[in-house]
Amino acid sequence: MTTTTPPTGPLALPSGEEPRRNPLGAFARPTATAGWRSWMTSVDHKRIGIMYGAASLFFLLIGGFEALLIRVQLAQPDGQLLSADAYNQIYTMHGTTMIFLVVMPIGAAFMNYLIPLQIGARDVAFPRLNALSFWTFMGGGIVLNSSWLLGGGADGGWFNYAPNNGVVFSPSHGIDFWNMGLLITGIASLVGAINLIVTCLNLRAPGMTFFKMPVFTWMGLVTQFLLLFAIPVLTAAQFLLLFDRLFGARFFDTSAGADPLLWEHLFWIFGHPEVYIMILPAFGVISEIMPTFSRKPIFGYPFMIFSGIAIGFMGWGVWAHHMFASGVGPLSVAAFSVSTMFIAVPTGVKIFNWLATMWGGRLKFSAPMLYSVGLVTMFTIGGLSGVTHAVAASDTQQTDTYYIVAHFHYVLFGGALFGFIGGWYFWWPKVFGYVLNDRVGKVNFWILLIGFNLTFGPMHILGLQGMPRRIYSYRDGYGFNLWNFVSTVGAFIIAVSFLIFFWNIVRSRRAHVRSGATMVADPWDARSLEWSVPSPTPAHNFDVVPTIRRLDDFWHRKYQEDAGGKLVRVATSEEVAQPGNGEGVHLPSPSYWPLVLSAGFPFVAWGLIFNLWLCLVGGILVVAAIYGWVLEPSTAPEAHRGSDDHDPDDHPAPTDDGAAATPEEAALVD
Amino acid sequence: MTETTLSDELDDARALEQRSERAAAYADGPDGHDHHATNTGISNPKLAMWVFLGSECLLFGGLISTFLLYKHNNQAGGPTPHELYDIELTSISSFVLLMSSLTMVLAVSAIQRGEHSRLRLWLATTAILGATFIAGQVYEFQVFVKEGLGFTTNAAGSAFFALTGFHGVHVSLGIVMLLSALVLSLAGRIPQARAEAVEIVGLYWHFVDVVWVLIFTVVYLIP
Ligand code: HEM
Ligand SMILES: [Cu+2]
Repeated sequence: MTTTTPPTGPLALPSGEEPRRNPLGAFARPTATAGWRSWMTSVDHKRIGIMYGAASLFFLLIGGFEALLIRVQLAQPDGQLLSADAYNQIYTMHGTTMIFLVVMPIGAAFMNYLIPLQIGARDVAFPRLNALSFWTFMGGGIVLNSSWLLGGGADGGWFNYAPNNGVVFSPSHGIDFWNMGLLITGIASLVGAINLIVTCLNLRAPGMTFFKMPVFTWMGLVTQFLLLFAIPVLTAAQFLLLFDRLFGARFFDTSAGADPLLWEHLFWIFGHPEVYIMILPAFGVISEIMPTFSRKPIFGYPFMIFSGIAIGFMGWGVWAHHMFASGVGPLSVAAFSVSTMFIAVPTGVKIFNWLATMWGGRLKFSAPMLYSVGLVTMFTIGGLSGVTHAVAASDTQQTDTYYIVAHFHYVLFGGALFGFIGGWYFWWPKVFGYVLNDRVGKVNFWILLIGFNLTFGPMHILGLQGMPRRIYSYRDGYGFNLWNFVSTVGAFIIAVSFLIFFWNIVRSRRAHVRSGATMVADPWDARSLEWSVPSPTPAHNFDVVPTIRRLDDFWHRKYQEDAGGKLVRVATSEEVAQPGNGEGVHLPSPSYWPLVLSAGFPFVAWGLIFNLWLCLVGGILVVAAIYGWVLEPSTAPEAHRGSDDHDPDDHPAPTDDGAAATPEEAALVD
Repeated sequence: MTETTLSDELDDARALEQRSERAAAYADGPDGHDHHATNTGISNPKLAMWVFLGSECLLFGGLISTFLLYKHNNQAGGPTPHELYDIELTSISSFVLLMSSLTMVLAVSAIQRGEHSRLRLWLATTAILGATFIAGQVYEFQVFVKEGLGFTTNAAGSAFFALTGFHGVHVSLGIVMLLSALVLSLAGRIPQARAEAVEIVGLYWHFVDVVWVLIFTVVYLIP
């Protein structure tokens, strides 16, 4: 035990004094606030949000490249680009990447950045854990994609059904990378979920009751609960798979009488809620955009919240609709068919609330609004084809055809991703201090919309014509040629639209620098708290923690009803925005340990695959980091202000007010 | 704090009241319990532990379902766990584990009253009881293997070792936490004001015990 007792003993450390130092010095906290190191060690929820966003864009490039490979292969009959084996790996990794490394982390990016701001908190409840969850996510992503360099990717589809996921049918290590990569990202999601749940429950500003929280924060909270309960189910299944593949257990060994449905059940009990984990944050995003650009409050706020909660609950009762063709028996099929129909109800409620929000509003179709409307229409198409899957009779015809591929891309791409892109355009000025060019944004939208529908629309037809999913090639003369070609052209149009997006970033930034203007706090005349602080958001968020009186408090400080009940402007945004110097606000300083700790996980994974000695490296990193984490001194003299997860020793103990420690406690310190 | 009130005045009043309450909490600083003023009144670490345990339920749920599915499945040969149970032994070690929950309660109440040597005594006792349980499990595993039921023998064996093994790992982590608390206490780093740290370890420990009650029932008692 390293005791570094100052003469008076740690218990008598008066607040304001230099924090406890460790003799190893190595435990001193990093202090850089600029440069790449400051990013690696940052514990600021905003920087972590930005890093989540950047990482997911990077993985989007990988996943998008894989998608293009798929489409080039299928552009014509008898495609020769990829072997059957390579094709299996590429669509599996495409789906896995898009779901776990793109859509989920984009959601995490928004939730990390916005939730503390929207509830008036200085940071999340546990800033260092927040950094841990980001770096652990990166570790998982690296393990997953390292498979390309180390012998090939997983090849069993993103759900890797048993027994195809066993060593008999998939003897390469691809599925081990998949399995352990996702186990690691699962840790990241779990840590993040705990953190954000505690943040929402505990750190709301004075007066910010639950029913004054913005819809985005609400959807984020529901999402975190879904993660909290869904991830461990997948984790359980993945441990079983790991035991099977690496240690010869018999969970999915059908030759030893194992039940292949076990994997399917566990996977989809996770997998169906996962769909809502991906879509609810996007619903939250457009629930902020639509009222702002309709100049009306969100219609039916409580309905929005309760339908979100209802989706969260009902999502658990419908998983077997993924298994209608698996032979689960007629009773289950009927029951799950009905329960699946019901879940369309709260989703429908949301759609009608958005429409009612726009109804009679003064609509302004800026880029964020276009994407939001795009989400509603594309998601509705995807939802309608979803209802046709809920009918078991039609599902047995559609399952494993391109009709399904069309369906889930309308939901996940046309739904989730459209919403998030709208969110980028909307919050970009808040995060980076400049507005993305709106005209380019609109062009970007229309090209994406056209490319998207060209790509995935024809897949409905291909599916109904009977083109199976997950085939690496098809013969001439089946009638698949035309629509496959159209679809491939569409995919390249999508790619172009993303290039336009990246170009817009560069171009708008340049224009902003050239103009030399400073960014206003509230460019859209928006409603929620994050718009009351300067853009880009200062490190300490709020100079003064706001007191909340009602829903959309920020808006109501700008607008009030006159005698006739008409909304009139009573203050400019500048008048009600916070000035922002943040003097005297204490924030937790950066830390190395989240990075070191998460660096341990990939080594454990690689070690299990290649050489157990690597596990030792990973284990040492993890244990050393835990030790460093616990011993790391805090820089917080007054830790009870603001939020930090540092060493509780720095919380002023009763003795801090200068009184001597009790004799008993004093005796302990020697 | 969950209700919507339609009247703005009421809201105003409540908000201001809360504001002054929290302001007071901030200004007072040390309140003897050394946590932040939180909306729920539960400190962040404690709430985090509750939330984490919520997710653990699902992890064990998955493993228990797997066991229920496979408990009689020995199509690959070998015995099933049910043929090998030594119910007396397991009952004793289950009893030992349950007693450790009692000593854990005593540890928490000791530190809440500021009785440091009692805290250490009960922490050590809890750890020893936990270790006794683990020893029983190791012994049981080794007997099973000798009788021909290993982790890879058949589906029932895999399911049995995975479920009870996962629980064993949880108990072992709990023992590490108990010992860390003990060491910290010896170093003088758990003053009465930080009783909550012990309480949080206690939450985890009780959870692991409760899960064992469930596992014991499902695995050993139900034929
Ligand atoms: C450029 C845009 C995209 C294109 C052209 C594209 C294309 C495709 C195609 C053709 C397949 C079917 C592969 C097969 O079954 O043989 C597929 C599968 C899949 N895609 Fe995409 N996709 C795109 C974006 C996305 C996005 C944004 C997501 C978001 C979650 C996504 C998720 C999936 C999933 C989960 C699968 C299933 C993989 C499997 O069966 O294991 N895709 N994609
Ligand atoms: Cu589903």
